[in-house]
Amino acid sequence: MSWFKKPKQKITSQKRELPPDVWEKCDGCGEILYSGRLAENDHVCPTCGHHFRIDALTYAGLLLDEGFEEEFDTGLRSADPLGFVDSKSYRDRIEAASEEVGPEDAIRTGSGRVDGRQVKLGAMEFRFIGGSMGSVVGEKIRRLAERAVDERDPLIIVSASGGARMQEGIYSLMQMAKTSAALDRVADAGLPFLSILTHPTTGGVTASYAMLGDVILAEPGALIGFAGPRVIRETIRQDLPEGFQRSEFLLEHGMVDQIVPRGELKERVSVLLGHMC
Amino acid sequence: MALERSEKFEKMRERLTELKELSSREGIDMSEQIERLEDQLDAEQADAVAELSRYDRVKLARHQERPFTLDYIERLCDDWVELHGDRHYRDDPSIVGGWASFGGRSVMVIGHQKGRDMKENLARNFGSPHPEGYRKAERLMKLAEKFGRPVLTFVDTQGAYPGIGAEERGQAEAIARNLLVMAGLRTPIIACVIGEGGSGGALGIAVADRVLMLENAIYSVISPEGCAAILWRSRDQAEQAAEALKLTAQDLLELEVIDEIVPEPPGGAHTRPAETARAVGEALERHLAELEALEPDELVRLRREKYFQMGAWEEA
Ligand SMILES: [Zn+2]
Repeated sequence: MSWFKKPKQKITSQKRELPPDVWEKCDGCGEILYSGRLAENDHVCPTCGHHFRIDALTYAGLLLDEGFEEEFDTGLRSADPLGFVDSKSYRDRIEAASEEVGPEDAIRTGSGRVDGRQVKLGAMEFRFIGGSMGSVVGEKIRRLAERAVDERDPLIIVSASGGARMQEGIYSLMQMAKTSAALDRVADAGLPFLSILTHPTTGGVTASYAMLGDVILAEPGALIGFAGPRVIRETIRQDLPEGFQRSEFLLEHGMVDQIVPRGELKERVSVLLGHMC
Repeated sequence: MALERSEKFEKMRERLTELKELSSREGIDMSEQIERLEDQLDAEQADAVAELSRYDRVKLARHQERPFTLDYIERLCDDWVELHGDRHYRDDPSIVGGWASFGGRSVMVIGHQKGRDMKENLARNFGSPHPEGYRKAERLMKLAEKFGRPVLTFVDTQGAYPGIGAEERGQAEAIARNLLVMAGLRTPIIACVIGEGGSGGALGIAVADRVLMLENAIYSVISPEGCAAILWRSRDQAEQAAEALKLTAQDLLELEVIDEIVPEPPGGAHTRPAETARAVGEALERHLAELEALEPDELVRLRREKYFQMGAWEEA
């Protein structure tokens, strides 16, 4: 948020002498924070409560007793069905993302325990092409849902996504139908599905599994919506209201059950599973 | 490019009408001349259609004179009773739905509805639904299920509306709910893309046992303009984006996302709406007859299985 301009020059000389990634600047309040302290606080700013983005495995560590005890389907790769090329080829984008983030695409799935209770968990990886949903994300979710049904475990998905992956064209759209059909099987089996929304969750992911939770929880201040704010602004040619499409706005409009700060999330999830399992 | 020839075709059609009028008024037999001109028009139009770029198809799919949902209902159905409202907030005129008789059986018909002129377009929001439209559709699908009637949907929208009210009332949830409901609906569903299949707003009434597409319809995850704005950083690259997105009926048939292409007359659906409707009706009847033979359990199992297979991935 650009209106917070803290004097960052002061620490740059100091920063250079330290190993990289020791200090992080808070996007919420501009405070310069010690990374170790931030990690201890679940990557939430102790000053303003801003939730820093965390990767999928960190999220799994946050929710599960021992993180993923088994990770599923790590060998799935996108097949570039359209041979898509814009300013860059889709294959190059995949390769770059795989090198930077890891080759597991925009979701990690696996099993683990929440206070001893077996669950199936999917956590999205926003840094992998904006957490966009292509065939690999859809297939990993379908298989995760199948495993939940087969082993009669509750299903949890942590979303963070810009929406459908347009480089996969119509197939990315069809992943919305595919994941929803998979969740319908979970519902038929009488198993709970808990959806956790983090910043940002928009587009095709919101318009499919993310909004289909039996219970939907959101992190504070997360952007959650169908259309992105830029598209809406351009369509209606008006400024958007303060706080529009943030978690608090969704809670007020009845779209999510609770806003839960990260530090309380595991406990809340555990209690909820107790009620529904 | 090919569309620029439509003026020439228009003139040929006018000439045909003149000849026919002249022949009946004066009682002269001009059938040979008329037939020759008709053949010439068909051949030239067929050539023009064969040369269409993907973006030309986009323009055809958006053609203002193209038949819309209510036109198909009028031509294909009897005893149409439109049903209104989502029972929560309001009636959304961007989606129409109701009971109708099709081929002697009762069916539930649901479709996006664009306006024919500016006034109607304002009322129908150019066919871009709000959550209420999807919730009305959901209500009607469940009604069809309750009475064991099949659902026929007509898809024609540039997309679900991106607006403040739409977000406040849960556009994403409304679409997501429909995907779930359609995935498990215990009655046959056939969707037919008649014009624009615009992303989640289209899919929100198009998870079906069979998906048909008119020859010049399009179906895409994002509009070519929207895609160009994001990936090429300019809406002017829409033609290129349309090529990359592979959004024509032929593309989708090859990608095995749709089941059948319904042919259009040589000049496009709008040139002979009656003929187009007949072709749509014939295809619907054929698929419906097949689906009606299946038990609900089997229907749902096959539908889910179909969507479970969708996508393209490799496994290391
Ligand atoms: Zn802060």
